[in-house]
Amino acid sequence: MSAVTAEHGHDDHHDDHAHGPEKGWLRWIITTNHKDIGTLYLLFALAMFFVGGTMAMIIRAELFEPGMQFVDPKFFNSMTTMHALVMVFGAVMPAFVGLANWMIPMMIGAPDMALPRMNNMSFWMLVAGVLLLASTLFMEGGAPAGGWTLYPPLVLQTGKALPFAIFSVHLLGISSIMGAINIIATILNMRAPAMTLMKMPLFVWTWLITGFLLIAIMPVFAGAVTMLLTDKFFHTSFFDAAGGGDPVLYQHIFWFFGHPEVYVMILPTFGVASTIIPVFARKPLFGYSSMVYATASIAFLSFIVWAHHMFTVGLPISGELYFMYATMLIAIPTGVKVFNWTATMWKGAMTFETPMLFSIAFVVLFTLGGFTGLMMSIAPVDFQYHDTYFIVAHFHYTLVPASVFILMAAGYFWLPKWTGHMYNEKIGQLHFWLSAISVNILFFPQHFLGLAGMPRRIPDYAIQFADWNMISSIGGFIFGASQLLFLWIVIDTIKGGTGEKVSDEVWEDAHKHGLEWTLPSPVPYHTFSTPPTVIPCDHN
Amino acid sequence: MNDEVSVKNKKLGQKLAIVAIAMFGFGYALVPLYDVLCEWKWIERDRPDAIKAIPETAYTVDVNRNVNVEFMTSLNENTPMVFSSEMPQLQVHPGEYHTVNFYAENKTNKTMVARAIPSFSPALTSTYFEKVECFCFSEQTFAPHEKKTMPMRFVVNPALPTDYKTITLSYTFFDNTETAVKK
Repeated sequence: MSAVTAEHGHDDHHDDHAHGPEKGWLRWIITTNHKDIGTLYLLFALAMFFVGGTMAMIIRAELFEPGMQFVDPKFFNSMTTMHALVMVFGAVMPAFVGLANWMIPMMIGAPDMALPRMNNMSFWMLVAGVLLLASTLFMEGGAPAGGWTLYPPLVLQTGKALPFAIFSVHLLGISSIMGAINIIATILNMRAPAMTLMKMPLFVWTWLITGFLLIAIMPVFAGAVTMLLTDKFFHTSFFDAAGGGDPVLYQHIFWFFGHPEVYVMILPTFGVASTIIPVFARKPLFGYSSMVYATASIAFLSFIVWAHHMFTVGLPISGELYFMYATMLIAIPTGVKVFNWTATMWKGAMTFETPMLFSIAFVVLFTLGGFTGLMMSIAPVDFQYHDTYFIVAHFHYTLVPASVFILMAAGYFWLPKWTGHMYNEKIGQLHFWLSAISVNILFFPQHFLGLAGMPRRIPDYAIQFADWNMISSIGGFIFGASQLLFLWIVIDTIKGGTGEKVSDEVWEDAHKHGLEWTLPSPVPYHTFSTPPTVIPCDHN
Repeated sequence: MNDEVSVKNKKLGQKLAIVAIAMFGFGYALVPLYDVLCEWKWIERDRPDAIKAIPETAYTVDVNRNVNVEFMTSLNENTPMVFSSEMPQLQVHPGEYHTVNFYAENKTNKTMVARAIPSFSPALTSTYFEKVECFCFSEQTFAPHEKKTMPMRFVVNPALPTDYKTITLSYTFFDNTETAVKK
């Protein structure tokens, strides 16, 4: 890490503010411009969304009917593992880093990110990490198949792919740590003088807190997988019972990373929702400062609840009770947020353009996912839900119609600003309705499957689970196909969209809600070379 | 951006990088911390280390109750041994002492150090399963192709809640030779 920042020392006089982008394809390799890097991140995330989505389609195809249909069980398990790793580390996290790159400098009146060269490096390291991960699919013994949590001793049975998967996690970790350092430095050092902390848009606030989460947890995960590596190849016994180690230790270390990690994916989601909803409700965000404090509380609580993922490993009763109550506490700041979004919409002059539709669906469906989370926080009943399709339904509700929907909303919301072109609203609405309906057909039946006892990560199942699995798969295929509409819209909008002239503020009165809407559409290559003096502040 | 801000950025970047490196160390610090928390029984109920010989005590035998004790024997994937128990299961009365023999054989031409790790199902029964003598208390050394008969003497404490009618006791043998050589 220090080598990276030291290298940045040569960058004292980067005077690229005077000219536009580099000519030719090399622009995209060597760029240090926050907008270029944001675009790279977003396009890469979109590509990975389809790669991970294809894996999900393979999973749903195999589960369409009981019995073995298309793939062998080993490959099926690789698919569940790789689907999760690709979606978490290749799609959702990079997409939010991409949004942060694009939007944070524009939202706080900064000319660029704080450490532009490191920014370039963290993107290309991400690409290297994901390629390394993808290469394991073609190795002897197949890709990792022990689940994305990489629990020992099972994961140690991975074939040749194990060290490659571990190094890939290292690369992805270093990449997100560098991204996080950059975002924190940008927010703390580069704000326009008039942009005080409590005037910052919520998206910036949530990313500041997410940045700290990432710096705290990614190294711990890197440590855990390094222990796996030394256990496998260098005869250490961190997790090996034979040498006095304990596989349960891995679960504690993993979830010390893993629980804050789920907030890494959801806090920026909250930030984008808090940015979009006020614009279309034509009201200031309700309870701005409580939103900030709620975000910070959730981040703090995320560090002290990890063992609720491990209720069934044999915790003492006192431990079960502590982790149960601490987990339930998270519902309070999260409830504050849901209440604030609802109150923002209350008596607002609402319109329902595609970004708003996705945001409203997010509020409703995320709350549903939150409620099932609350159910599972109850330790005694979690014994029934643990490792069943119920948990699968729960976290997909908090990730797909929450994080992914909000990423879609962000795309529709800011694409006109980025490109200067309007997207096709009709196709956008079609994309929304298809997605919102099919996502429920896809994931809602999984609650029933889980309650009835269907375990997760299995390629075949007992006959009584057949009907709901078939319905779920049909929902999955519709959902997967609907996303091609989004791909079409992104390409179409970049090429010119509807041809409609997009104003600087794009959405009615958006300039009251954020600095980015005071800039021309499309946004020039360099913005805020001199900091803005007037801060639109629609709260306090 | 001007030089002053750029220097500030670099300094902050370095500080945050140090935090990240410290957190990598923290991940490793969790290992000893875990041992301490386990000892205090904060986050783990029972550990193999905690299973030690308990001196033989005279319990009142509860002849009206039967507990079925099942014995499972397995080998960790790379352990070149044969391992079995004298019987698959045994009906006992709580408070009554029994001895069951386990057989193990080293299938290699080398001296082997191996350790058997017990596991109970349901896990709660482990506290009521008291062993006077067991091969699992310590590492076992096997001469090349040595066959061993290893007795395990135990009692089920009559305090065992009446809900429990079956206790499954599983032993897994781990080949520890390489770690033992290092020591």
